[in-house]
Amino acid sequence: MRTKVISALVVASGALLAWNLHTILLNVPDEASQGRIFRLIYFHLPAALTSMAGFFIAMFSALAYLAKRDLRFDAAAAAINEVAFTFAFITLVTGSIWGRIIWGVWWAWDPRLTSYFICLLMYSGYFMMRRAVDEPHRRATLSAVLSILASVDIVIVWKSIEWFRTQHPGPVLEIRGGGGMAPGMEAPIFWNALAFLLLEIALVLIRMRQQSIQSQIESLRRYAHAF
Amino acid sequence: MNFLRGALAVAAKDLRSEIRSKESVNASLSFALVILVLFSFAFDPTSDTVREIAGGLLWLVFAFAGTLILNRSFARELVNDCLDALLASPISGAQLYLGKVIANFLILLAVELLSMPVFGIFYNVHWTRFLGQLLLVMVLATWGLTVIGTLFSAMTVNLRLRELMLPTLVYPMMIPALMGAITLSSKLAAGEPIGPEDLIWFRLLVAFDVIFTALALALVETVLVG
Repeated sequence: MRTKVISALVVASGALLAWNLHTILLNVPDEASQGRIFRLIYFHLPAALTSMAGFFIAMFSALAYLAKRDLRFDAAAAAINEVAFTFAFITLVTGSIWGRIIWGVWWAWDPRLTSYFICLLMYSGYFMMRRAVDEPHRRATLSAVLSILASVDIVIVWKSIEWFRTQHPGPVLEIRGGGGMAPGMEAPIFWNALAFLLLEIALVLIRMRQQSIQSQIESLRRYAHAF
Repeated sequence: MNFLRGALAVAAKDLRSEIRSKESVNASLSFALVILVLFSFAFDPTSDTVREIAGGLLWLVFAFAGTLILNRSFARELVNDCLDALLASPISGAQLYLGKVIANFLILLAVELLSMPVFGIFYNVHWTRFLGQLLLVMVLATWGLTVIGTLFSAMTVNLRLRELMLPTLVYPMMIPALMGAITLSSKLAAGEPIGPEDLIWFRLLVAFDVIFTALALALVETVLVG
């Protein structure tokens, strides 16, 4: 059953992405001031939305673990965080490439970039900690606590970095105020966001299945050692 | 009331053992001095720019030195299974945690107060001009750092690579408190009073302290007992 769901999600997401690529590359005109490179936004923004949605849902899954003490919620939280982390990384990389072309630098200490980077650092700590704990319930508890603390902190970090950086506005920020997009150019962003979301769900399901197989192998191994 | 009494008993125990052994204070103070010396090689220590980045320098030193204190906080209870005995005692996990936070806060504040004159002399910064306001910033930010740090110290106490895990996890979490402290301390150390536009940073520090103290007290029982 689950294999069929995963396959359906992957096929739907793949078809949507192919159709979107066709629209983005052939139908959407170049942007007036940025030229061709503006097309990165069709991947950058959906990846950012998907990653943020993932981190947010993972926090609720972590809360559900603390309430029910069911390891399936922990497995879901870990799988969602892993996939969301990948999408966050894609966001940062696509943003960086765009920045190199438009701003002339790979990285600028702009509030959004900085807070996103800190968000990545927090979740890399989350994965490091998961590897450092062997006992499943202990690992789940600590991960859940870390996930809750990180999601609260990210909100504060987000706001405070905006205050921190805007006190010393750089030339980068002035270029950034771009304005709205033409109607026909906006739609592929949402279609791509849907495609990424479907892909995210499929990847989370695959990862969760890997985790359950892994725990089965571990319990078999323990069983074998017992004799 | 009983809650506070239990927490204060733990804090008194920690402070007493610290006063007798002085291991955390000695280690973190000498570490702070080493970093202050190292910074002098990174840029010209006599220039005016030092005054502009004074807050950043100070709080990086305090954050680094603080991790040494925080690392020891729960780890020192592992010997002879003291942590298990503390958990089995009539006080709750939250009381144990709050007691440790109070003790760490006082130790870190002492290290900060001892480092400040050295910093003032080495870098020619007249930090005493707005002493009251600077002390307020130090108290608020140090409470924020120790609240987060002590919780992570409890989380990482039984982990492999504990000494590596704590700083990796805790520094990104401390960023809002550090930013507030850096901005305010830089101004105060440069001899500028705090204006109405800086009040937002005070609010951030207070909000950070309140939010994370409440969250940590709610979650610490889960972290310690499971």
